[in-house]
Amino acid sequence: MKKQISVILVCIAIAATVSAQNFFTRDGKVKFDATSPSSPEKIEALSKTGSCVIDAATGKMQWAVLVKGFQFEKALMEEHFNENYMESSKFPKATFSGQITNLQEVLLGKDGTYNAVVTGKMTVHGITKDITANGALTVAGGTIKLNAGFSLLLSDYGVDIPSLVSDKIAKEAKILIDATLAPLK
Amino acid sequence: MKKIYILLAFFAPFWLCAQDEQDLLSLLGEEKTTNYATASFKTNRVINGHSIENTAGGVLDFKISHRFTPLRQGIYDIFGLDGANIRFGFDYGITNRLMVGVGRSNKEKIYDGFAKYKILRQCSGKKNIPVTVSYLVDSQIKSVAFSDKQRDNKFSSRVYYTHQLLVGRKFSERLSLQLMPTLLHRNLTTTPDDKNDVVAIGAAGRVKLTKRIAFNAEYYYVPEGQIATAYNNALSVGVDIETGGHVFQLHFTNTRDMTYKGFITETDESWFFKNSEGRLLSGLCFGFNVSRVFTIKKPKGLE
Repeated sequence: MKKQISVILVCIAIAATVSAQNFFTRDGKVKFDATSPSSPEKIEALSKTGSCVIDAATGKMQWAVLVKGFQFEKALMEEHFNENYMESSKFPKATFSGQITNLQEVLLGKDGTYNAVVTGKMTVHGITKDITANGALTVAGGTIKLNAGFSLLLSDYGVDIPSLVSDKIAKEAKILIDATLAPLK
Repeated sequence: MKKIYILLAFFAPFWLCAQDEQDLLSLLGEEKTTNYATASFKTNRVINGHSIENTAGGVLDFKISHRFTPLRQGIYDIFGLDGANIRFGFDYGITNRLMVGVGRSNKEKIYDGFAKYKILRQCSGKKNIPVTVSYLVDSQIKSVAFSDKQRDNKFSSRVYYTHQLLVGRKFSERLSLQLMPTLLHRNLTTTPDDKNDVVAIGAAGRVKLTKRIAFNAEYYYVPEGQIATAYNNALSVGVDIETGGHVFQLHFTNTRDMTYKGFITETDESWFFKNSEGRLLSGLCFGFNVSRVFTIKKPKGLE
């Protein structure tokens, strides 16, 4: 009986180490840019507290970013972003849950730079949409570095832009990701 | 029996993996953050007095305010627009919690200067504080020429001080309320029966009507026995309209003063009153504040 329990424990331990092939970050940089050619000022914000976990075995990837964590140059713009557009007290987080689809080309166990294609569900402002994005994924010395850029159509996510300022804010927000993930122990 | 254990042992890794797949982010643990209440009011003023909001650090807020004469004269003086009390001022956020400001009013040629500090910030999450508490110290200096030049006039006679505690809470996205116990000191009073120290209590609130329009109300109550001359408590209601970089505050009020000593102790109009002939009249005045912000110092760390 004791032997059997210890066998189970060993198996669980092995399982834990197997599933511990996860990489994570809590300080991923996420840049938001909704500047349009006719914007009188740049509409840019940066969050340095994006959380991301990648399961190396399956290629699954999840992200969560606090909307209030986005910092703007202009305090008033930041207030408007939270109050009028993103309604961050109602929808505090933007999340992504998806999958590296070309895992056979992206060798997470081997140093190198790969072009990764990620597909999944993006939830912003309480609305979930399917998206696909390309990015550079660099494996080096046991860490994974992610660099990606993609666009989100603001109207897809129910972010209303009043007609008065409709030409001053881009219809599509550019999102840039810059994160380095370390093994999760 | 043995087989079941082996089977269990065999499936355990899959079972554990499956769990991980469901929510990878939960592996990072519940990271509790402090969520501060923001934008309880659209600007740092409710109408005449301060709100619990501060100008953000590094931001300059230029304000122009007008209070017109009572509406009751009608078209003759275009509902009061012919006569205006004007104040313009600059507010600056030294940090997100400390702000200072100066202003000038044409009535009695008053210069005012203040400092406001957020002692407590309403928040939830990792830290929990139910209210925002700010302390305001404001002084007003009347620079109009002394009426009796023969008298021994002292500079100190021109000076008024206000200390105010602002205790407020954003109850919901829509509703914010605040209470403002206030102590006002007048170095020189009009009559010997007037108290130098006047205690007042203010109450104010805002109801957000749409994302960019809010309804505000502000009332200051002065307990009796402190002011010898006739006065009324100031009640003001209005709307805040927010556009890109401006906030327009349009209001109706029975006070034409924009300084603390003015609207707390010298409000002589009332919302409704009967004149000697028994006719019902109103002392309501129209007024506005326009606020425009400029970012002077950009926050650090944005690449």
